[in-house]
Amino acid sequence: MRGPGQHLPGLSRQLPRPAPRTLLALLLPPAPGAGRDPPWLARYRGLFALALAMALLPWLLPNNFFFGVAILVGLNAIVCVGLNLLIGYAGQISLGHAAFFGLGAYVSAILSAQFGWEPALAMLAGAVVVGLLAFVVARPILRLSGHYLAMATLGLGVIISIVLVHETRLTGGPDGMAVPPLRLLGTEIVGARAWYWLVAGALLIAVWLALNLVDSPLGRALRGLESSEVAAESVAIDTVRTKTRVFVISAVFASVAGSLFAHYSGFLTPAEASFPRSIELVTMVVLGGMASTYGAVVGAAILTVLPQALTVFHDYEQVMLGLILMLTMVFMPKGLVPNLALYLKRRLP
Amino acid sequence: MAEFAQFVFSGITVGAIYALVGLGFSIIYNASRVINFAQGEFVMIGGLTTAMLVERGVPVPLAAAVAIIAAVIAGLALEKLAVEQAREAPVVTLIIITVGASIFLRGLAQVVFDRNYHALAGFSGEAPIHVGGATVVPQTLWVIGTAAALVIALWWFFGRTLLGKAILATSYDSLAAQLVGIGTRALLSLSFGLSAALGAVGGILIAPISLTSHDMGVMLGLKGFAAAVLGGLGSGLGAVAGGLLLGLVEALGAGYVSSSYKDAIAFVIILLVLFLRPTGLFGRRRTERV
Repeated sequence: MRGPGQHLPGLSRQLPRPAPRTLLALLLPPAPGAGRDPPWLARYRGLFALALAMALLPWLLPNNFFFGVAILVGLNAIVCVGLNLLIGYAGQISLGHAAFFGLGAYVSAILSAQFGWEPALAMLAGAVVVGLLAFVVARPILRLSGHYLAMATLGLGVIISIVLVHETRLTGGPDGMAVPPLRLLGTEIVGARAWYWLVAGALLIAVWLALNLVDSPLGRALRGLESSEVAAESVAIDTVRTKTRVFVISAVFASVAGSLFAHYSGFLTPAEASFPRSIELVTMVVLGGMASTYGAVVGAAILTVLPQALTVFHDYEQVMLGLILMLTMVFMPKGLVPNLALYLKRRLP
Repeated sequence: MAEFAQFVFSGITVGAIYALVGLGFSIIYNASRVINFAQGEFVMIGGLTTAMLVERGVPVPLAAAVAIIAAVIAGLALEKLAVEQAREAPVVTLIIITVGASIFLRGLAQVVFDRNYHALAGFSGEAPIHVGGATVVPQTLWVIGTAAALVIALWWFFGRTLLGKAILATSYDSLAAQLVGIGTRALLSLSFGLSAALGAVGGILIAPISLTSHDMGVMLGLKGFAAAVLGGLGSGLGAVAGGLLLGLVEALGAGYVSSSYKDAIAFVIILLVLFLRPTGLFGRRRTERV
């Protein structure tokens, strides 16, 4: 006879423990012998921790400057969580994601500033435009692999950013354009605090979506594709369709973050869509740890905060940034979060 | 017609520089499967160091030699201190290491030199000469001539010398190369040094035509990568052809279509080529081994 929780012999011999009642019990992994977590808790423990951290953070931030940095961290994190689905889980590189961020930002900005659209509606339009564009280009681009794929995504990104620079009538060119504030349910979102909560909420939704997606059939198809496309095809995974879907999803994540950025900062320049920005986004994902949704969040946080912190080095800021990046990747080639998790697993009983 | 000759000349000139940078990408890619995003920084070190030394009264040949040596040292250090330390890491991690190196080198150039733009006088003066209806500065001939000489030298090196053949053998199959007694690790260093030197020469040659600054390497590195991919990564002939093609498309696009969209036109062509030939013009077709 198999007892409860022993559907597969040898896989899970422990009984599920009752749902935890206190906040602390929600965050800590079960003690040895206390039974295993119900599946929803195992999947979302990190999400609870992230929500708690973001709820407590405002009490630690001394002024609006720090809120501004936190908002940028959140926006970058949303892009990276999406990009990580593509790079980390599906194994497909993109060196052009800043263009999706920039395009989402500009569609939202142009529609609301020059055509008087409701900003929330303009944001939605941005996501649709970027999603459609990603869908159309996905098929020819994702046929390529490795460095050729890197080149194609890079080329697409550069083309989009050049268009944004030169269509001065619509975008204001290199000098940038002003963007009206966001209105939700009739109230304007103004001030760093309001934006902090909005971006925190958006990031939670992004992480929740990504976690669910990774655990879905699509997520399993992605990981199959990452290890071997031929093997994935031989078990009836439609690799083209799978790649296209994750490419579109990650582009839409970037677009929404871009639109939010445009309305938050109130001013937009084409630098947001540039090639160096794309490289920065990929660096965040790899630094935090590929195929780790929280790694993407951590990577975005570190690479957004670090340049601000390094300004104390004045002229040596860039030197330090480059050095830290190199050292981290040399000594933690899998990225911060996976290496840290491995370390903790070894240390803790 | 004179207009056309003019565009072709400027296209070949820029294309020759792209070809040199692209060759640097290909050599490092062959040795290590790494796309070296610091390649553009080697170009910057070459151009900026030369310009700064010449400003301080050093004769051009000496300044150029010092600049090439500086770039080679940077290349060797990148290989020894970073890439070799992380040998076991996934390729994308190695690429991010080179991204870190490029930020580091750019920052270092700001500290050692400055953030301004610097001009370097043409090697043989600025008096324009007339070639087939086109008016060109003498530096153009320096660029085309030196690049052509370097390409021929490299062709001889990889095709006719034991060392060059050993590098090629390593790029085909590193393990098999080791089995026949090739010291692959030393060749990895050599590849980085060679790429750095090529990049630096490109930077020195282009300095009198465009200005040099600490961030000149970003765009040139990007174009060099594009040239290498367009021709087929790892193919030397491909990098040269890709570089020249890219330069010509840019110059003709700027001349006949739109000067503000010249970079976009170049990338549209690259995308089209990749859609039709997914491994570039001269790339080896690969089949996935299961």
